Amino acid sequence: MKRFTLFFISYIIWILLVLPLDLQTLILGFFVALIVALLFGKEFVENYKRLWHIDRLFWFLVYIPVFTYYLILANLDVMYRVLHPDLPIHPGIVKVKTKLKSRSGRSVLCNSITLTPGTLSVDIEGEYIYIHWLNVKSDDVDLASKEIVEKFEKYLMKVFG
Amino acid sequence: MNNIIGYIIIGIGVLFNLFGCIGLLRMPDVYCRLQAATKCVTLGICFVLIGVVVIVGFNPLGVKALICMVFILVTSPTGAHALARGAYKSGVKLWKKSVCDKYKDKESK
Repeated sequence: MKRFTLFFISYIIWILLVLPLDLQTLILGFFVALIVALLFGKEFVENYKRLWHIDRLFWFLVYIPVFTYYLILANLDVMYRVLHPDLPIHPGIVKVKTKLKSRSGRSVLCNSITLTPGTLSVDIEGEYIYIHWLNVKSDDVDLASKEIVEKFEKYLMKVFG
Repeated sequence: MNNIIGYIIIGIGVLFNLFGCIGLLRMPDVYCRLQAATKCVTLGICFVLIGVVVIVGFNPLGVKALICMVFILVTSPTGAHALARGAYKSGVKLWKKSVCDKYKDKESK
């Protein structure tokens, strides 16, 4: 069942990629998706049934505009720092804590952190993430978590539980 | 009309890419450079691809551009993360004016 879900998703992506459809590409895509499903079925998300929960998908759709807003904010922030003649940066590596439990949730969180203002996730160890911060406001674990993680966590908690 | 809007969006994207490159040159160490490179270049490429979608519309080419956007949004931060971790593990020092380094405590343990 897990493999079937992966097969289904990879087949859809294949179809979108080759879009002017004909029979040849459809058959080829079937076999490619089959191979992908057989090889990587085990490494696919732990709890595949969650993929089809409507409320999770809904919260993920809510998450996209929030993420886009912070992505654009991040770019304006970096742009300001880069163009400023004095280069106003105070870099450092801080440690933050996340409440997310699932592996996929944590990796989405890390990716979101990397793409938002002045932060870049370096390593993850259990529930602690090490983050390179361009403008360190506090090196305390709790305060830094509040500043960096919380704005995404409340949405991702609803998506990944 | 669509063409003009599309070209303007592509122009904004190229501008973001330019700022990313300037950041790459001006920042002091590997980690700060990665910051500038990942953020600006990711959004820049997204803008370029959105511009392509606006110009060609929702045909096979436009759908491909959208899929590329999703893939770039997923892979680019992962790549930056891998580079930063690899750099730290192989002993690249932080900038001398860096404020704090919590990662060192973990490494020395």
